[in-house]
Amino acid sequence: MTRMKFAVLVFPGSNCDLDMFHAVQDTVGEQVDYVWHTADDLSAYDAILVPGGFSYGDYLRCGSIARFAPVMAEVHRAAEAGKFVLGVCNGFQILTEAGLLPGALIRNNSLKFRCHPVDLIVENARTAFTNAYAQGETIRVPIAHGEGNYYVDDETLSRLKKNNQIVFRYAGDNPNGSVDNIAGVCSERGNVVGMMPHPERAVSELLGSKDGARMFTSVLNAWRERHGAAIGG
Amino acid sequence: MKAKVYVTIKENVLDPQGNAVQGALHTLGFGEVSKVRIGKFMEIELEAADRAQAEERLRSMCEKLLANTVVEDYRFELEVS
Amino acid sequence: MAQQLAAKEPTAQQIAEQKIYKQFGVTDSEYELICEYLGRQPNYTEIGVFSVMWSEHCAYKNSKPLLRRFPTTGPKVLMGPGEGAGIVDIGDKQAVAFKIESHNHPSAVEPYQGAATGVGGIIRDIFSMGARPIALLNSLRFGKLDSERVRYLFSNVVGGIAGYGNCIGIPTVAGEVMFDEAYEGNPLVNAMCVGLIDHDKIQRGVAKGVGNPVFYVGPATGRDGIHGATFASEDLTAESEAKRSAVQVGDPFMEKLVMEATLELIDSGIVLGIQDMGAAGLTCSSAEMASKAGNGMELYLDEVPQREEGMTAYEMMLSESQERMLFVTEPQHEEQAKAIFARWGLHCAKVGKVTDDGRLRLFHKGEQVADMPVKALVDDCPIYHKPSKVPEYYLQNGSIDTTRYEQVPDLTCALKKVLGSPSLASKEWVYSQYDYQVRTSTAVVPGSDAAVVMIRGTRKALAMTTDCNGRYVYLDPEVGGKIAVAEAARNIVCSGGEPLAITDNLNFGSPEKPEVFWQMEKAVDGMAEACRVLDTPVIGGNVSLYNESVKGAIYPTPVVGMVGLVRDLDHITTQDFKAENDVIFLLGETKAEIGGSELQYAVHGVTEGRPPMIDLAVERAVQQAVLAAIRAGLVASAHDLSEGGLAAALAESCFGRGLGARVEWTPNLRPDLALFSESQSRILLSAKPENAEKLAALLKEQGVPAARLGTVGGDRLTIKIAGHTAVDAPVEELRRVWKEAIPCRMQ
Repeated sequence: MTRMKFAVLVFPGSNCDLDMFHAVQDTVGEQVDYVWHTADDLSAYDAILVPGGFSYGDYLRCGSIARFAPVMAEVHRAAEAGKFVLGVCNGFQILTEAGLLPGALIRNNSLKFRCHPVDLIVENARTAFTNAYAQGETIRVPIAHGEGNYYVDDETLSRLKKNNQIVFRYAGDNPNGSVDNIAGVCSERGNVVGMMPHPERAVSELLGSKDGARMFTSVLNAWRERHGAAIGG
Repeated sequence: MKAKVYVTIKENVLDPQGNAVQGALHTLGFGEVSKVRIGKFMEIELEAADRAQAEERLRSMCEKLLANTVVEDYRFELEVS
Repeated sequence: MAQQLAAKEPTAQQIAEQKIYKQFGVTDSEYELICEYLGRQPNYTEIGVFSVMWSEHCAYKNSKPLLRRFPTTGPKVLMGPGEGAGIVDIGDKQAVAFKIESHNHPSAVEPYQGAATGVGGIIRDIFSMGARPIALLNSLRFGKLDSERVRYLFSNVVGGIAGYGNCIGIPTVAGEVMFDEAYEGNPLVNAMCVGLIDHDKIQRGVAKGVGNPVFYVGPATGRDGIHGATFASEDLTAESEAKRSAVQVGDPFMEKLVMEATLELIDSGIVLGIQDMGAAGLTCSSAEMASKAGNGMELYLDEVPQREEGMTAYEMMLSESQERMLFVTEPQHEEQAKAIFARWGLHCAKVGKVTDDGRLRLFHKGEQVADMPVKALVDDCPIYHKPSKVPEYYLQNGSIDTTRYEQVPDLTCALKKVLGSPSLASKEWVYSQYDYQVRTSTAVVPGSDAAVVMIRGTRKALAMTTDCNGRYVYLDPEVGGKIAVAEAARNIVCSGGEPLAITDNLNFGSPEKPEVFWQMEKAVDGMAEACRVLDTPVIGGNVSLYNESVKGAIYPTPVVGMVGLVRDLDHITTQDFKAENDVIFLLGETKAEIGGSELQYAVHGVTEGRPPMIDLAVERAVQQAVLAAIRAGLVASAHDLSEGGLAAALAESCFGRGLGARVEWTPNLRPDLALFSESQSRILLSAKPENAEKLAALLKEQGVPAARLGTVGGDRLTIKIAGHTAVDAPVEELRRVWKEAIPCRMQ
């Protein structure tokens, strides 16, 4: 049986590529490759993971320079083709700058970097990355960011709600001032997801939570369904 | 040619940094300050055939990279020497 | 404009006649020695180079006699002091590299950048050894948080550490912050970095192989950090803004690129020697690399990438522009090296050559502008044996009886005061600004006794901590020095680790004062003794002297950074009580010792007397017993007793999961002294009820006194001393005081 292939993009300044790579290996064990920002062909990959970090030092705006990296043309192509794309933290910032996801991420309203676990509500359990969760389930995932304040104007917010594009909301305290407590969104089509919290850091009890692991099993499920393969555990 | 580019956060977007600075000014005794908004200032030296071309190119730079038009507004001043 | 800038520097003659060398910190007798070593008078560049190489920071001329007293070897030590960082074997052909360094003076002037560049510097020291940095720690001291200036320094130092560490992607996992008037004029910012390395990748800073090219990699050199030595050419100083020395500004993104590229370069196997450009930049790295190889070096300064116009040889040699490395490889590997750096968007420039004549020769604009013997620069700085004198305060403190204070009537209230004291209070305000989880290996995050970072691909982990109680060291430097090492080891052991080695940062006042030198001497002796008994050699460290303000010297603060090996992930232990009905044990002996204690400070408002005593043999026994118990799977939680004594330790153990405790104790001491005494070598353990007997038996077998204090349960902390209730409060109430102490002062 062919294996699912994950690409973890690496930009100058990416840090969480390591964590994302190992999360895939440790949860679903499928093939995962690091892909350098100059790559010009992602066609072999089924899922593209855009990791966290400080690509290009967060210069100008977070993700503003990474969105023009050569590999991003391929990411656009993959998103068009309906492949699975996940942007986490800086990855989410890059995807919004690239126009692959609506909105923008600006400075935390506390003006401070915040690192701690948060409770998230799974608002949409039907995306490729969330099908292994129950609708409305609360999960525990850590955040670590200084610019996680999600903004969309009122019109776009209505549209997101109508189309079910809000994937995660912060339960309890909003750690950064995000509009409507939004922690993660998806594209209209649903195959591109972006979120500020780090599911790849919540894949083991030793790290404090295993709740993030199901994002990886979800996308494996989604891929297998698409390929008509028998759905495994 | 020299351009001065000003990028500011949109009016309807909350600017916590601006608010923090306003608070600090008040604490320092500058109670007369009623509003602070914080933006970016860039100086760009460029070559262009004429003012019109420079303005078109600058607009493009702002739209594409220098400003995130979801949350930011931009304007620029061009000095043709 | 360029011509104006390249104006006259003082000549060798002028330097001699006008004693310009004094502005650089060179004494008359040192100057004479320099002339002797050179066989002539030094020119401006040469005296600049000598002055930094012979500074306390580079040559340790006042502290070397003391540093020699440290034990620095051991069966696991792969690299002792003298290189970028020390290295200790951890088995399976892996090793851990770590070191601590200070950036006190820059942080007092520009706290954000001072702290940021301190972090940047220590990270470079680690990866210059070939080690992948995996964790950062920091040890900070500030004055009282009541002052706006202190709040400004505190806020910006934390901001700088966060800004740099988070961006470069290395988790900041542990540390300590302490507040006391003694540090009012002189904050302390010590940064530690820990890295992992395979044995066969260990690098040294050596200029190996005569004829080999010397490369510079990193951003261009500017005028950063050239300490404003005034020089003769008045025109120049008045006219040229460009000549003013600038504050060093860190660029963590640049360092991330340099770090990744350097590790890739080292991995390729072509590096013969590599060193980072830290203090005294190009001067120190080139001279030391040549010296350690027994070689010489030529530097072609025109090849040095420059970001300012008209830089002189002096400026280029003394600049402390950040994020730069110097390395040596064989000529045929030049293209490969360049390709590796190019992939990361970096240039590397060939700036010199290794020679066999033991000289450091500098060329600029087609001329030789300096020629100095390497040995004189690196090895022959005179060493000073400063006079030492017992201070008056120490003698007076000997007759102060700290048990004479009036009994504190309300101990619940006293506990709240102690828990609400910023030095003891929750540091969450600080560490939530640090990404402590990047690299997804942090098993024990900030908030417990030590951080624990897992080693991917194995079942091993590293426990790490920084510790020093400056009050104890002030009250009795030798005892305080012992306690600093002992406490670090205790924290490591409580986390399930076996202490391996230490790195030290000696923060003291001016060694010109015999009373301060006495403090240094005694502290070093105490630390050395503890290192011997606890088997933790000193593998490297840093000295920061002259930490004085108008109010006088800081408390002598020799910070200990320690790393231990957790043999198996199952041993990882934290301080929080785990479950209802767990049995609580107190190990060790409690005496009425509140000299230098948090109670004495927070409630009685003084710091006086003698600190708690310590018996290192007893300490060792307690630590070994606890480690054995943890390895036997008998321990649910472990917490060492330090500031705030038993009362604080019990409260802290309740906070993690909000579980209360019912404690009954009959210690034969006045209750306030019993609960807040800071007697050493004591540890609080809790065990599942089914393990309690076995634990008690193991402790008895190991000869460690252990009192069964009570059980975990409920939502209150209740402590009865000799049958009378001494402390009784809801855990939530205590926790709130502890949690909000710092945030509410920083509003």
